Amino acid sequence: MSGLQRVTTELLARLGERQVVTDRQELRTYECDGLAHYKVVPGLVVLARSASDVQAVVRACARHGVPFVARGSGTGLSGGALPHAEGVLVVLSQMREILDVDVEAQRAVVEPGVINLQLTRVTTPHGYYYAPDPSSQQVCSIGGNVAENSGGAHCLKYGFTTNHVTGLDLVTPDGDLVTLGGKAPEPPGYDLLGALVGSEGTLGVATRVTVRLTRLPQEVRTLLAAFASTDDAGAATSAIIGAGIVPAAIEMMDALAIEAAEEAVHCGYPRDAGAVLVVELDGHAADVEGEFDEVVRLVEANGAREVRVAADDAERALIWKGRKSAFAAVGRISPDYIVQDGVIPRTALPAVLRAIADLSSDKGVRVANVFHAGDGNLHPLVLFDGSVQGEAERAEEVSGAILDLCISSGGSITGEHGVGSDKAKYMPRMFTDDDLDTMQLVRCAFDPGGISNPGKVFPTPRLCGERPGRRQGEHPLQKAGLAEVF
Amino acid sequence: MDLTPLAKAMDGAGTVREATDADAVDGAPAGAVVRPRTVEAVSAVLREASARGLAVVPRGAGTALDWGAPPERVDVLLETGGLDAVVEHEAGDLVVVVQAGLPLSRLAETVAGAGQELVADVPRERVERGATVGGALATAPSGPRRLLRGGLRDLVLGATVVRADGTVASSGGKVVKNVAGYDLAKLVTGAFGTLGVVVRAAFRLHPLPAERGFVSVAGALPDVAAAARSVVASQLAPAAVELDRPAGSDDATCVVLIEGTPAAVPVRQAEAWAMLGGSPAEEPAWWGRLPSADGDVLLKVTATLPGVARVLEAARAAEQVHGVGITVRGSAGGVLWASLPADDPAAVAGVVADLRRAAPGPADGTVTVLRAPRAVREAVDVWGPVPGLDLMRRVKEQFDPDRTLSPGRFVGGI
Repeated sequence: MSGLQRVTTELLARLGERQVVTDRQELRTYECDGLAHYKVVPGLVVLARSASDVQAVVRACARHGVPFVARGSGTGLSGGALPHAEGVLVVLSQMREILDVDVEAQRAVVEPGVINLQLTRVTTPHGYYYAPDPSSQQVCSIGGNVAENSGGAHCLKYGFTTNHVTGLDLVTPDGDLVTLGGKAPEPPGYDLLGALVGSEGTLGVATRVTVRLTRLPQEVRTLLAAFASTDDAGAATSAIIGAGIVPAAIEMMDALAIEAAEEAVHCGYPRDAGAVLVVELDGHAADVEGEFDEVVRLVEANGAREVRVAADDAERALIWKGRKSAFAAVGRISPDYIVQDGVIPRTALPAVLRAIADLSSDKGVRVANVFHAGDGNLHPLVLFDGSVQGEAERAEEVSGAILDLCISSGGSITGEHGVGSDKAKYMPRMFTDDDLDTMQLVRCAFDPGGISNPGKVFPTPRLCGERPGRRQGEHPLQKAGLAEVF
Repeated sequence: MDLTPLAKAMDGAGTVREATDADAVDGAPAGAVVRPRTVEAVSAVLREASARGLAVVPRGAGTALDWGAPPERVDVLLETGGLDAVVEHEAGDLVVVVQAGLPLSRLAETVAGAGQELVADVPRERVERGATVGGALATAPSGPRRLLRGGLRDLVLGATVVRADGTVASSGGKVVKNVAGYDLAKLVTGAFGTLGVVVRAAFRLHPLPAERGFVSVAGALPDVAAAARSVVASQLAPAAVELDRPAGSDDATCVVLIEGTPAAVPVRQAEAWAMLGGSPAEEPAWWGRLPSADGDVLLKVTATLPGVARVLEAARAAEQVHGVGITVRGSAGGVLWASLPADDPAAVAGVVADLRRAAPGPADGTVTVLRAPRAVREAVDVWGPVPGLDLMRRVKEQFDPDRTLSPGRFVGGI
């Protein structure tokens, strides 16, 4: 009897058939996450309803040396929740209770399957929200956000998941349940929360999360500015940052991305623009008013041909619609595309964009650029037609070369999508063997048996031949009308 | 102690000398003092020390070597002051990369030239005495503006550490947004030098505020605590809300810091004083300073937002029970300092126990004894309950199995 068979028998006896999925057809529905071209049918799926269910799974796996992979909503874009053929996929999406909204303490305690936006919806009537806003926030889970250290368009000012998690219940890879932190800040001892958030499920499974709630800003102002070129838009961005303003968001799109967005959602962006910027300020009304006037002056001084200021929430939503639809919109102008996620120091932006343009023309591969300009997080969309011989390979080459540009300019191979299965092979380009070895010491401390989401983050021989994130047409979530932007 | 192997290991890239009494770390006498000038030399010293079973304690300016528990042994005191370069400050990126021995004051001067700052708010008396980047990371003290900007762990983007066996390892990077690999910079922040010697770190900077304004209100403890909470819960977005309660007093002061544009600060200040019933104020002399003198016991007390008032009340009650004056100061956001005389260890132990009871459990607030004479440490559980201690021990075991680095200095005797 294999380890997995033993685990299956034990869990069926304990949890029953309603929570333990063994049917091949049903298992197949869990074969991928948001990065759909990596597919592995899980050996077993367990639908956890409580921390003790998770403990039961992990203990059984630990006993028999069987790997497990935790999965939230399955929206990740790096194959972080890619199942293991001989392992257990622990699905946490049924653990979606908001356990406590403590407005006085500005904290909420949630189960890992709680949907990100749901927490904001529940806390908004109290004047609060949950600040990390990944673009998939209508569907992604907070447990998944914890695994990936998710960001979002507004993390420039408000930080990432790691800056908002103050406590976790963790089922360790031994099956112990440990409570770390809580509603109070700065628990004594090593900052294990800091190590856990963003560890992509390789150090255990979070079964309860305490997060900070952020006070809603008094005022929000949004503008759209059109420029002749990305150079001008980049200069405007630098001028805004240089003026000491920290906007809630600064997003940029280039001509190809604008064309795609217009095609898809008719957001009314100026079609002949070489680039647009979306700039949003929030905070106390007195500050926002003054700084917004300054931003308008700065974008005009840097060559903005047109500046549209959102007069109300509806107009703000229209401005964001173009930006938020950009990824999926690209499906309208190209049969296939790769979504890249790299980071560069903001000051390297003009040089890197020129290098991407050169790459694009050298290889004859179109690249649409959409990015978080404020923090240098690029999402180049590499367009190709998989039915044309050689195009996919060329696109992958361009996509990989873009990551090399990010690394050589002092940046990172991933700003928010994670390493997962997809980018493990790029880790040695960014880190030395000693760096990676040292990171794995933490892994060894938590998971000496290597059973918690093995094969992710760190390059291993088990995952060879992986290819960068290729996707056909619309993202499945977009198609389902669930998500807009990634 | 034979200094030759250490000198040889550094190969000219650093100095070594016999320790003097002045080099003792919180009562633990030191053997040798090394001062490497390169990362390679730090690595060589650690390799040599671990091969010989010598305990190594890193020292920046030494302004907080008496924080935490005293090390069991100090065979080698490793000074980071020879590594004090600003590696990179690209103003347009709002990022600075520095070596760990750089004094915070020099970091501040460097980035102020570009109108920027590292919002670390390390206690000013430490900065004035030359506190270094590495020392700040190791002890991770919180200051007033933690409320808005977070702690040092929220501002550090990457770090290079030298492990006990001499391995040099980096994690993170020098960009604000980055999720590649484990965030070891956070793990070493606040680790009191027990996982590795930090030699280099990258930080996120913020623009210096164009204008600052203070509003102050004084009055009875419960009223002031309630006022502080109303400001924290408002849309004023204050940079800091500090509370100060002198020893033996039924009263406290709440001071709010507003940072923003020159046009907006007076408007927000007016709103704040309407809300508080207070008045515009200058920066108080105690702003950003610890509430204690050398020789006092220094406690770090954390609490939930509503728990802050309970800490203040518990301190007043404990004073009456144990007959000692307790000064409490810190952020209404829930990280506070308390200070009391060290001469009666039993009284200190009683106060610590009472303050711990102010929180229902460690998830809602903790009390740690940061600085105290040995007699007091022996009378009290300095760290209190530490959830996750077993995992922390396992991390230490992986990074430093022979307990070369600052043995005994951290939680659970790590």
